[in-house]
Amino acid sequence: MSKILKINGLEKTYTSGSRQLTVLQNISFDVEKGQTFSIVGPSGSGKTTLLGLCAGLDTPNAGSVELCGYDFNTLNEDERAQLRNREVGFIFQNFQLLPTLTALENVSVPLELQGVKHAAKRGMELLNEVGLADRFHHYPSQLSGGEQQRVALARAFSNSPSILFADEPTGNLDDETGEKVIKLLFDLNKASDTTLVIVTHDLDLANRTQQILRLKGGEIITNQPTATH
Amino acid sequence: MKTDKLSTKLDLPWLLKMAWRDAKASRMRLLLFTASIVLGIAAVVSIQLFRDNLQDNIKNQSKSLMGADYLIDINETPNERAQAIIDSLNPVASEVNFVSMVVFPKNGGTKLARVRAIEGPFPIYGKMVTQPEDAATTYQQKGGALVDATLLLQYDIKTGDSIKVGELTLPVVGSLSSMPGNSAVTSSVAPPVVIPRHLVGETNLLQFGSRKEYQYFYKATSETDFIQLENTLEPMLDAERADLDTHTSTSRRLGRRYENMGKFLNLVAFIALLLGCVGIASSVHIYIREKLTHIAVLKCLGASRQQSFLIYLIQIAGIGILGGVLGGAIGIVIQESFPYILKEFLPFDVDITITVQPLIFGIVLGFLIAVLFALLSLLNTWYVSPLQALRISDTSTQKTPKQAKLIVFALIIVFLFLFSYWLLDNVLYAIAFVVGMLITFAILAGIATLTMKMIKAWFPKTWGYTTRQSLLNLFRPNNQTLVLIVAIGLGTFLISTLYFTKDILLSKTAIGDSSGKANIIIIDVQPEQTEAIEKTIAANQMEIIDNIPLVTMRIHSRNGVEANEAEQDSTLRIRRWVYNHEFRTTYRNHLVASEELLEGEWTPEVNSGDVIPISISENVAESAKVTVGDNIVFNVQGVLMETVVGSIRMVDWGQLQLNFNILFPKGVLENAPQFTVLSTNAPTEASSAQLQRTVVADFPNVTIIDLRQVFTIVDDILSKVSWIINFMAFFSIITGIIVLIGSVRTSKHQRIKESVLLRTLGAKNQQILRITALEYLLLGMVGSLVGILLALVSALLLALFVFREAFVPSIIPFVVFLPAISVLVLGIGLSNIRGVLNSSPLEILRREV
Repeated sequence: MSKILKINGLEKTYTSGSRQLTVLQNISFDVEKGQTFSIVGPSGSGKTTLLGLCAGLDTPNAGSVELCGYDFNTLNEDERAQLRNREVGFIFQNFQLLPTLTALENVSVPLELQGVKHAAKRGMELLNEVGLADRFHHYPSQLSGGEQQRVALARAFSNSPSILFADEPTGNLDDETGEKVIKLLFDLNKASDTTLVIVTHDLDLANRTQQILRLKGGEIITNQPTATH
Repeated sequence: MKTDKLSTKLDLPWLLKMAWRDAKASRMRLLLFTASIVLGIAAVVSIQLFRDNLQDNIKNQSKSLMGADYLIDINETPNERAQAIIDSLNPVASEVNFVSMVVFPKNGGTKLARVRAIEGPFPIYGKMVTQPEDAATTYQQKGGALVDATLLLQYDIKTGDSIKVGELTLPVVGSLSSMPGNSAVTSSVAPPVVIPRHLVGETNLLQFGSRKEYQYFYKATSETDFIQLENTLEPMLDAERADLDTHTSTSRRLGRRYENMGKFLNLVAFIALLLGCVGIASSVHIYIREKLTHIAVLKCLGASRQQSFLIYLIQIAGIGILGGVLGGAIGIVIQESFPYILKEFLPFDVDITITVQPLIFGIVLGFLIAVLFALLSLLNTWYVSPLQALRISDTSTQKTPKQAKLIVFALIIVFLFLFSYWLLDNVLYAIAFVVGMLITFAILAGIATLTMKMIKAWFPKTWGYTTRQSLLNLFRPNNQTLVLIVAIGLGTFLISTLYFTKDILLSKTAIGDSSGKANIIIIDVQPEQTEAIEKTIAANQMEIIDNIPLVTMRIHSRNGVEANEAEQDSTLRIRRWVYNHEFRTTYRNHLVASEELLEGEWTPEVNSGDVIPISISENVAESAKVTVGDNIVFNVQGVLMETVVGSIRMVDWGQLQLNFNILFPKGVLENAPQFTVLSTNAPTEASSAQLQRTVVADFPNVTIIDLRQVFTIVDDILSKVSWIINFMAFFSIITGIIVLIGSVRTSKHQRIKESVLLRTLGAKNQQILRITALEYLLLGMVGSLVGILLALVSALLLALFVFREAFVPSIIPFVVFLPAISVLVLGIGLSNIRGVLNSSPLEILRREV
């Protein structure tokens, strides 16, 4: 199986006042195409920072990230954005729907950015798949948390991404709604054969993926397949 | 590894769609931004257009204003050489005019009038509007007078009644509504009375010492080159103390006269516009700050920096264009009203033409200021990191580089300079204006920072919770102290500067209390008439206040340089009028209240044979390039008299009293040919009319100026000037309020989540109210107080260096603006959290997400 994400010797430090703060160090791992992969660890372990670097949202102080065959070190910010638009889907803990756009418009944005002509039609199909076709003209503020995350799911899959990054996708939802959203996420992932990288501190959720990477204090503790897979 | 190029194509329709989608949700805020620039644009457009229209009208109407292509005028009976030049050019018409009292025998009414004795078909261009219409062409044959229509109405005189001008009585053959060379202001002081020139001798008014002007009107051919005509004729005419006036030079001169008023109004409009710019800058700053997370999300989804930047640039440009369209339209409407407001000042009608240009001008201006002043905030959309979407908002997220900020600042400064230079037409003023604005901005930003540091350093830890929470709001992360203090301060500064400046301007022209002062001035009194007129005044139970002798003379040479030498030697830089002017001088042994000695020593009296030390006014010293100790030889009615400049005086010409450029000590001019000016105080209008009737009946050559009428007219004009100044100031104040509402209202989202959170944690409405109230009250008070104090300094500098007037600061900004602005900020701040107090926390959070 080919590798869709290759991380090699990654290091990230932040400057806080006069202090240098090392958030990640010596991080190396690969993710296979079509694999489900989770990153777990306690708060402050560097999970989200790692996700940001994997998706090209930030640049490391050392090491390299190769996504879909492209080395981020050779791409500028706009090229990384273009790569995300083509190959990446995102799900955020706090949904991050654009509050000024309707549900349908939110779902259509990635396609519109690609210049797809019938973005709205594809958007409606996805809203239908997440069970929100009748709420297409609603603004995020008119939707419940679960509904907002379902719209976010539809948006994440709208550009048929090769890889989907999810940052604590159930962090803001109750258990029941969270379970429904996760089921939907895995179903859509299976149907579209997308690689899934989830950042979570929920071990139950992590155990549903094929591979778990454990972080602590910015370093990898373990990187191993889950027992069920 | 892949190396193919990943490029984003710009899809303009999509960018427009995104900008529109986002704008729809924020339409109220965006409309508020638009409102902050609308009035400024309206003010600039209307005043600029009116100025253009005025200039066009002056250009187009200059011939009919003058009544001819060109004219020669001379203030004395032309000598042979002058007459030869005048005749050689073949005048179409001629006129002698003078100011005199006229009498209506029907009811004994008397009035100061400008008598225009005309010969020939005047005007060549334009027309005299008379009733009946043909009176304008027949009065010369009929030997009748055309009398100002208002004057006829005032004195209930009809066509067919008679009018007495000096010793000449002639029938009124028509009422005169308008004619070239007369404006409403000049007519209200001395309304025109037109008589045939061949009858002027019979008036017996053109005696020695009386002021008169001869004018000869010419028609040019299509080949006439006016510049060449001026160059050839002017030196010849100057030598004979005559002047050439072409319609092109008149149009230039008139243009300059109204230019000054236009400049002031432009400056006021510019202030309104600047207030709008402050509004846009501060509102967009907060607006974009709130949008940054959404932009980060867009970038996560694959939007490029350019795309994210353009979405918001399109929005702001849209605001600017909309503001420009609305401002331009309002400007056109206002412009239409200017001719009605200003008609008293203008000697001609102004036809306003409506063109598409103002709209384009407004749109370009709106677009430019909106984009330019929002650019600094817009740049944040370019540099915001997509990482911000992942709730990581620390130092690693990119910030706008200093270089980009400096470029934007430089662009703003260049724009301000170019725009103020375009309006003020003076590099120094434009530089001073921009530097002043920058210093004000820096001081306000410095004070805002200092306020935050001081509160932090001396934080009152023992005070009650609500007070501490309010004070914390002023310096903790995401505070709005800097933006709001700068916005409130700059707004208050501009409004207060305008108010203080308005005070200086209005006090400059204000008339003091005139009770007990002379309000009747009798001029052109011949020496043999003085005693008799004094008796008449006494018989009317009035006192003589002034008895001022007048001696007319001309400058023959200064420091040995005569007129022709001065003209040839341009290095002397002596103003030409100095040699041509007939000075009316007086002699006395004291200085009066309107005079202040600047240099030298005042000599009250000299003995016969001594050196004659005279005192000259500052402006004559400047024009003649003389100083204390210099020698001036005067030609006093043909006799040369050598004098020395003994002192230089500053004369307050603004006071309505007789002032003199040249003042002699006693003991020199007592025996020179002279006439007298007498003044008295008439307590009532009836006593004034009675005195005028008696004096004019016995002494038709004298002129009586009833200052009471002049006071009324000047007061009326001043009230109109102040109306215009107030009207423009009102524009700025309204804009300032809109800007305040915009800035404070935009900060609503800053505090609303915190208020909801506090409410969720159990804070009572009263506590939330107190926290918010204190924060906004402090911001309003600090911002407006600093703004007013800075305005005080700037107005003082303006008074010292621009208006050269004493500055007594008005208390109004302190007692009205300061509390009003503080309360306004407080009110808007409290209205921001009204929703929090009336609804459930969850409802608010949902709505505001």
